[in-house]
Amino acid sequence: MQLTIQEVEHIAELAKLDLSDEEKELYREQLSSILEYAAMLQNVDTGDIPPTASVLPERSVLRADVVQEPLHPETVLQNAPHQKEQQFKVPIVMENGQ
Amino acid sequence: MSNLSDLSIRQALKLLQNGDISSVELTQSYLDRIQTFEPQIKAFITLTPELAIAQAKSADQLRKNNPKEDLPALLGIPIAVKDVLALENVRCTCGSRILENFIPAYTATTVQRLLDAGVVILGKTNTDEFAMGSSTENSAYQTTHNPWNQDHVPGGSSGGSAAAVSAGMAPIALGSDTGGSVRQPASFCGITGLKPTYGRVSRFGLIAYGSSLDSVGIFSHTAEDLAVIFEQIAGRDPKDATSMDIPVPAINLDSNTDLTGVRIGVPKEYFIAGIQSDVEKNVRTAIQHFESLGAQIVEISLPHTEYALPVYYLIATAEASANLARFDGVRYGYSAEVASLWDHFKQSRGSGFGSEVKRRIMLGTYALSAGYYDAYYGQAQKVRTLIKRDFEQVFEHVDAIATPVAPTTAFKIGEHTNDPLAMYLEDIFTLPTNLAGVPGLAFPVGFDRQGLPVGMQLMGPHFKEETLLKLVHSYQLSTQWHKLMPEL
Repeated sequence: MQLTIQEVEHIAELAKLDLSDEEKELYREQLSSILEYAAMLQNVDTGDIPPTASVLPERSVLRADVVQEPLHPETVLQNAPHQKEQQFKVPIVMENGQ
Repeated sequence: MSNLSDLSIRQALKLLQNGDISSVELTQSYLDRIQTFEPQIKAFITLTPELAIAQAKSADQLRKNNPKEDLPALLGIPIAVKDVLALENVRCTCGSRILENFIPAYTATTVQRLLDAGVVILGKTNTDEFAMGSSTENSAYQTTHNPWNQDHVPGGSSGGSAAAVSAGMAPIALGSDTGGSVRQPASFCGITGLKPTYGRVSRFGLIAYGSSLDSVGIFSHTAEDLAVIFEQIAGRDPKDATSMDIPVPAINLDSNTDLTGVRIGVPKEYFIAGIQSDVEKNVRTAIQHFESLGAQIVEISLPHTEYALPVYYLIATAEASANLARFDGVRYGYSAEVASLWDHFKQSRGSGFGSEVKRRIMLGTYALSAGYYDAYYGQAQKVRTLIKRDFEQVFEHVDAIATPVAPTTAFKIGEHTNDPLAMYLEDIFTLPTNLAGVPGLAFPVGFDRQGLPVGMQLMGPHFKEETLLKLVHSYQLSTQWHKLMPEL
C-alpha cells in the first residue's frame, strides 16, 4: 500500500490541514507503512459480524425539556481570537455580491 | 512529621481530622517538593500554587468551624490534574500550541466532584498533544522525565501525572486513557493506575480524542487510594449521555488477603516473542504470588488480540479526525492571520497542531474517506466486535485477566520518535481493554536489570473495578513494590 503525494494532498484538503512539502513526503511514507500494517484486517472473516460503534448497550438518553441558565455571551466569547459586537469574527465568506 | 508526602490518603485524612497537620502544611509540603524536583522532572504544564494554598486555607477553615459535622470526604487532600481536563478559569492546553491561551469556562465533572469532596489542586500535568502518544514526547511544551531514570520517558500520554505521583510531587493525579494512557505510564513510573469501565466515569470536560474509547483514570501509589478517589468520581452524570446509571459500590478493602475462589486467566497471546525478558519474568512471578494467595490460575485465549493495534489506530484516529475538526481558529485557539476563510482554517490547523496530531488526523480522515470507509473504518468496527466477544467469553469463566502492561519497561527519550509504528507497539497490551470497554488496573511488580519498574495489568468484566481493586489490594498488602520510591 503506497500512497501518492496527490492522495496525501487530497486527504490534507479533506482534513483542512496546510502541510509543507516535507510534511507531505513524511506522511506519505509513514501513512503508507501504517496502512500496510493495517491491511492484516482484510484477512479477518467478518461476513455476518455487526460493527461496534459503542460498547454500551443501545439506549435512549432523554432529559426534561426545560430551559436552563445559558452561558453569558462574554463567557462564550472569552477565548475568541477575533470578535465584534458579541459575535465571532471570521474572514470574509462571500465577496462582491457572490 | 518529617515527610508528609509519603502519606496515603487515609493516613493524611486521619492526621487532618486529629488536627496533627493542617491542609496548608500538607499542601505546602507538596509545593516544596515540586519546587525542588520539577526543574528536572518537568511533570507540570501549569502550576497553581496560589489556588492550592487558597483551597487549603478554606479546607482548614471549614474543618475548624465544623469539627463535629459531616465534612467532605477528601477535605484538604492535594491532587494534580492532567491538562486535558477542564478546570474553570485555569488555562487548559492539552499539550498543544493550538490551545496555548485557552481558558475553559467550565469544569470537568470528575474535577468538580473532587472539588466538591474538598480537594486542593496543585496544577495541570504534562501530556502528549491531545493525549496522542506513549511518552509525552509529543507535548508541545516539554518532555517529562521518568523519576526512576531521567534519561527515560515516563510513558504517556498521561506521563506528567504519573511522574508527579511517582516523584512524590502529588499523592493523587487524574489522567485519561484512550489506549493505555493511564496504565502504561503508571507501569513505567512504578505506580498504580486505574482505567475504569467505559461509561463508569463522566467524560464531560475531558477534551475529546477518541470518544468511544476515552476514559478518565486515576494514579496513586496504592489500590486503596485509588478506591477512595474512584468512589468520588464514578457514577452517572446528566452532562455525559454515555455515563451509565449503575450504582457505584462502596469499596471495602479489608486486611484479608485470602483469594480462595478467585479465578485469574492468563492469555497466551500476551506472552509473545519480542516481550522484554525481565517484564515476562516479573509478571510471571507476580502471577505465582496471586496463586500463593489462593487464586486459581487458568490459561485462556483471546484469539483476536493481534488485531487490536490496527483496529485501534483506525477507530481512534477516525474519531479524532472528527473531534479535532472543532479547532478552526474561530471560537478558540490559535488563529492564523489570513484573509480567505478556507486558508484561515487550513493554516490555523496546519500551524497549530503538532506532527503526531496531524499524522493521526490524516490517518483517520483517510479511513473515513469515500472509497476506503468500508475497507478500513467499517472493517475495524467489525473486528472490534470480535475483540469484545473474546472478553465476554473469557469472563464467563474467570474473574480477572492478568497480563503485562507493556512489552518493555520505560524506553529512552528519543528512542522511538522517528518510527510511529514502533511507538504504537508500546500499547499492544493496553488497547484491547479500551476496544472492549472493560476496566484495567496497572500496578508495580518488580524491576528490570536497569532498575526500571515493571508493571502488571489486571483486566475485569464491565463495571467490576471493585474486583480488580480488591485483588491488587491483597497483592499490595503482601508485597513491597508499591512502597519503593525513586531516589531524586
